[in-house]
Amino acid sequence: MKFRLLGALSLGAMLITQVAVAETVKIGFVTTLTGGAGAIGNDMRDAVELALDHLGRKMGNSDVQMFYEDDTFKPAVGKQKTEKLVKKDKVHFVTGYIWSHVLMASRNSAVGKGPFMITSNAGPGPVAGKLCHEDFFSASWQNDQTTMAMGEVLNQLGIKNLYIMAPNYAAGKGMVAGVTRTFKGNIVGKDMTKFPAQLDFSAELAKIRAAKPDAVFVFYPGKHGMQFFKQYSQAGLKGSIPLYSAFTVDSLSLPRMKDLAEDSLMTMFWAPDLDNAVNKRFVADYRKKTGRYPTFYAAQSYDTIMLINSAVTAVGGDLSNKDGMRDAMRKANFPSVRGAFKYGNNHFPIQNFYLRKAVKDVDGNYTTSIVKTVYTNHQDPYAKDCKMSW
Amino acid sequence: MNWILLLEQTLNGFQFGILLFLLAAGLTLIFGIMDLINLAHGSLYMMGAYFAATFTSWTDSFLLGALLAVPASMIFGMLVEMIALRTLYTRNHLDQVLATFGLILFFNEFVRLIWGPIGLDIPLPEVLNGSVDLFFGIRYPAFRLVIIAVGILVAFLLYLLVSRTKLGMLIRAGASNRQMVSALGVNINFLYTLVFGLGAALAGLAGLMAGPIMTVEIGMGEGILIITLVVIVIGGVGSIKGAFVAALLVGLIDTVGRSFLPDILGLFFSNDVADTAAPAISSMLIYLLMALILAIRPQGLFPPKGA
Repeated sequence: MKFRLLGALSLGAMLITQVAVAETVKIGFVTTLTGGAGAIGNDMRDAVELALDHLGRKMGNSDVQMFYEDDTFKPAVGKQKTEKLVKKDKVHFVTGYIWSHVLMASRNSAVGKGPFMITSNAGPGPVAGKLCHEDFFSASWQNDQTTMAMGEVLNQLGIKNLYIMAPNYAAGKGMVAGVTRTFKGNIVGKDMTKFPAQLDFSAELAKIRAAKPDAVFVFYPGKHGMQFFKQYSQAGLKGSIPLYSAFTVDSLSLPRMKDLAEDSLMTMFWAPDLDNAVNKRFVADYRKKTGRYPTFYAAQSYDTIMLINSAVTAVGGDLSNKDGMRDAMRKANFPSVRGAFKYGNNHFPIQNFYLRKAVKDVDGNYTTSIVKTVYTNHQDPYAKDCKMSW
Repeated sequence: MNWILLLEQTLNGFQFGILLFLLAAGLTLIFGIMDLINLAHGSLYMMGAYFAATFTSWTDSFLLGALLAVPASMIFGMLVEMIALRTLYTRNHLDQVLATFGLILFFNEFVRLIWGPIGLDIPLPEVLNGSVDLFFGIRYPAFRLVIIAVGILVAFLLYLLVSRTKLGMLIRAGASNRQMVSALGVNINFLYTLVFGLGAALAGLAGLMAGPIMTVEIGMGEGILIITLVVIVIGGVGSIKGAFVAALLVGLIDTVGRSFLPDILGLFFSNDVADTAAPAISSMLIYLLMALILAIRPQGLFPPKGA
């Protein structure tokens, strides 16, 4: 009897100490939740919640608390929200970030101020190069990489004259730099449009028609992509000049673009039909949960949570052990939807890039499917500018 | 210089200008006659597009959807005037700016509640969805031609309305001297409601025509409202003729500038400089024009008589 009481007491004591040690993991997630781009943030949030479901809402023994913040698509607001997360909520991880200009504005409010910063989408050149930091990780890619793969594809297709269009902001410049770096033919025209204000591309489409290129390449994320494809078709260019894209045709825009984008080709590090067990489970459960195919934004957000989980479990929930968590994340030892990959010295993934195509699945839903591998274990061109080594 | 391209860009500028005119005509009347600064004019543009999207999906016909959306916008505008704006006429301009800015936020949330956060599409009939061959081998999107035609027709009807009808006479009189009009026993409240409804119908028409080119979404009227304000400042507040000329001017300068500035700058500077500077300068052009007009002719190009 006495022993049993003692046992119960010590068990109770153990439980209490357990509670005391396992601090709640606080994760800030800055994304766009309102306005036209709000659908993207919504998709990311669904993926984060799915990842937490898969983890049983816990990382190791620690509870997880999410702080979703809306950047309203504005760099100044993103910075403000990041500051709030770091100073007021005292989060351990600041993540999310769709837009490169929002990330660039927010970076200094998080990096070096305590938490780890993990981008779930944006990958502007500076943070991969000169501004790389031991507390900064990417769960996505560096902006130039995807379009470098596209440049390679265009070479393989024998395209000689290319016309490029992209929005005039950090990511747009990176995307254009990427394709220009690898494409070997002539660039017969290039338009950088005002972002996000310009939605009517009539002037640029007229220039494309006059320039008569072999192909057009565009980067128009979110609603801009949909409008570009629509206007491209209305101008009678669809079918006469092939259109290639990056981060423009995705699971959010496809159901609305429908045949405007069918068979269109793009490059990406991932696709819903990428063949690995983690991705299959992710895509199936995501579709069950939301009724939609996940976007790449969702895939990266899922990976962000899994990356954080690998760090938190490696240190047994001791969130003060930042070195331990950093070492764990550098190993990229977590079930990623893109399959196994390694981190480069700048904390950006060294990963494969694929050519994918917009298709209809067996049920008639629009999705994207992998055509072939363009790059195997590709590292971004800014890694060499990063002084960090480990 | 490629002449066909220049011609095509002129058409593009014209088409953008026509859209601006439809918005500016209503806004300038409301400004000039009712002395009301209505920042929520862009919301009426948005409502027109949402009405058209809804009616088009109900009737399966863009034409019917559009025909229903215009009176719907007009009624909506008149309701807004009677419920919310009537109390603002005696207040100063700052109060009006604050209140109508509040209306923008209200309408954005209102649309989110009813239609959801994801935008809508207005499907066009097959005939309008492609492009047609014009003279000199120019291919031009059919629907943009329709916009130009409708815009010119509306401008003509508006001209007839303002210059040939009793209502038009009152509108002109109201723009020149409001006190005198009400002193002469005209039911000014009714006139205001009607003018506001007319402005809302024009804004709704612009919205429903912009919808099929761009997407119908929350906040779609905010960007274009700023350019519309530029238009009415250039044209002269209260003047429909001024709004027409200024809208076409702004549309042309914006489009043609966007199209040719990189090449023009490329003649004088290195490619890198031209690439970086051109988008920045071309988005400033219309504001430069406004600054220039304000400096040499602060009352605008065609101020209404007596104002």
